[in-house]
Amino acid sequence: MFFGFTDEQLAFRDGVRALLSRACPPAAVRAAWEGGPGYDPEAWAALGEMGVLGLLAPEAAGGLGMSEIDMVLLLEETGRAAFPGPIVEHAAVAVPLLAAAGLFDLVGPAAAGRLVVTVSDRADRVGWVSAADVAVILSPAALLLSAPAAGPRLECVDRSRRDAAVSVEGAVALDTDVGLALDRAALGTAAQLCGLAAHLIDVTVEYTSQRRQFGVPIGSYQAVKHHLADALLLLEHARPPVYRAAWSVAHDLPTRSRDVSMAKAMANRAAGVAARVALQCHGAIGYTWESDLHLWLKRVWVLERAWGDTSHHRARVADAVLGPAGQA
Amino acid sequence: MDLTETADEQDFRAEARAWLAANKPALPMPPGDTAAGFPVHRAWERALFEGGWAVVSWPTEYGGRDASLWEWLIFEEEYYAAGLPQRVAQNGIFLLAPTIFEFGTQEQKDRILPRMAGVEDLWCQGWSEPDAGSDLAGIKSRAVRDDAASGWRLSGQKTWTTRGAFCTHLFGLFRTDAAAERHRGMTYFLVDLRSAGVTVRPVDKLDGDAGFAEVFLDDVFVPDADVLGGVDRGWNVAMATTGSERGLSLRSPGRFAAVMTRLRDLWRERPDPTLRGEVADCWMEVEAYRLATEMSVTRLAAGERLGAESSLNKVWWSEMDIHLHEAALHLLGADADLEGPWLRGYQFALAGPIYAGTNEIQRNVIAERLLGLPRG
Repeated sequence: MFFGFTDEQLAFRDGVRALLSRACPPAAVRAAWEGGPGYDPEAWAALGEMGVLGLLAPEAAGGLGMSEIDMVLLLEETGRAAFPGPIVEHAAVAVPLLAAAGLFDLVGPAAAGRLVVTVSDRADRVGWVSAADVAVILSPAALLLSAPAAGPRLECVDRSRRDAAVSVEGAVALDTDVGLALDRAALGTAAQLCGLAAHLIDVTVEYTSQRRQFGVPIGSYQAVKHHLADALLLLEHARPPVYRAAWSVAHDLPTRSRDVSMAKAMANRAAGVAARVALQCHGAIGYTWESDLHLWLKRVWVLERAWGDTSHHRARVADAVLGPAGQA
Repeated sequence: MDLTETADEQDFRAEARAWLAANKPALPMPPGDTAAGFPVHRAWERALFEGGWAVVSWPTEYGGRDASLWEWLIFEEEYYAAGLPQRVAQNGIFLLAPTIFEFGTQEQKDRILPRMAGVEDLWCQGWSEPDAGSDLAGIKSRAVRDDAASGWRLSGQKTWTTRGAFCTHLFGLFRTDAAAERHRGMTYFLVDLRSAGVTVRPVDKLDGDAGFAEVFLDDVFVPDADVLGGVDRGWNVAMATTGSERGLSLRSPGRFAAVMTRLRDLWRERPDPTLRGEVADCWMEVEAYRLATEMSVTRLAAGERLGAESSLNKVWWSEMDIHLHEAALHLLGADADLEGPWLRGYQFALAGPIYAGTNEIQRNVIAERLLGLPRG
């Protein structure tokens, strides 16, 4: 038994963290809200060069031939940076799905970052669809759409998302494991939620250590300390389930779906509490449009619901632990 | 990452399971914190020792079997899965023993550990005093030097001493330098409760069992050989003990996995569709605790230390234990207030956020030492 990561995996994570701190500062997240495709093409290309986009593609197809265990820490970093764009959909779901379907003419460019793929579990709401070259819809079977035709933009609270409905006319059916794709999406999103929670805790510790009231830093008060301790407690009990789910997906264990649902439910809870605590401890400054805090909060709100909300995943865990609902 | 058990670990599990199945006593046992129940538990733990399963992770020369931390986790899982009770020897084998392994002299290890493993000596903890609970450095009990007798004379009062009425020995902190700053001038003593000058008064707990005691010490002689870790250095030694108490050793994941199995069985007896989500949440909390522990053991096996992270463990298991029992009481509905194992377990669980350092103190430790927030 070894429940941890190798030095190489940790070094890869550190490399992605360093890249994103340069290429995706808060100003870049804010810029993605205000115009363009909803993500930064230069940062996207840099992740492609590092191998993150094609990590799950076979080496022969231009990828790194690695697994979800290698990927989970990297997606956590994209959450920490609130990296805008369909990184989970593209790198964690579409690339392995297209490779398994043998569509290597798409996998190579997707791995290199020259082609952007978005994925959704519903056709009436697809993220970044106007910017994507290809869309995959997983409902109920997998459909592939080249040059997807998007309807009017849906105003999501996270304005980097560019959600819209697509027409599935002319879609090509893909013979693929939809359940596996949905689990990969939920796992990747859970990892991002852990990174978002970590960032929210970090910036709130920093703020409450500096902000002074009654002559002392507000972070010296127990009421503030206990809020942040609760957030860390939940995060440090969400990460192990997320990492275990990466193991279960990588090895396609019989418990894969249960483990992914547990990871998503726990990560939802950790990020949801971190978001509430961060806003409360920042006080009024955190409640402004000018503060960057709301960019992270709104990403949390969206990802808590993306790829199955807490009720959905808790019900899947209950089915696995107690037997299907409706049966004693 | 490799989340599979090795062949050796699987063999160890099978051996433990077979031995426990063949040797376990009649269940349920009477409560261990009562005059009638305590000897029954002691006899069972003696049988564990004679079978070689009392202290699996200790070196063989002290009564263990040199098991790895992974094997210890496996043994705990099998032990609780067999329906067996919490150990009355726990404060010795899980709290004092790790401290003796770290700070004790060879003579102390040889003299104390085998008798502890064999439940010939049973240890209780002497931290709290009437005016020093969370503020442990506020203790007033003192030890005065007796050069002629090569030892110390202890006086004062310890309280909330779990199983103090049934134990033979006490480990605790006493002030040896009255002039020193609060966190200095304390010494960690090992006290034979049968010594002249010791009075133990049982105190009934909230659940009605005589599990607490007050221990009064009046000029009790303790020889130099029973100072652990050096005179005036007791605070650092005590912090090692509290690290064990909050960290891995006191409350293993296997204990809660067994409670979760009972909760699942209860749900199957009384399936309530409105409580499916609550039971699933309990299952996830228990599973998360096991997974977090396995990540910690991976780091410990690589030679790292855990430090203040043990406070995360302590808050998690203590609040999870209450949640598990609350879920069971919800399933039991209107009759949950009739005497039964879940009601007893609930009352025990309620002590969790109080003992081993209150959860308020743990949250301060998490905030100050893990997150780096300023001290108040």
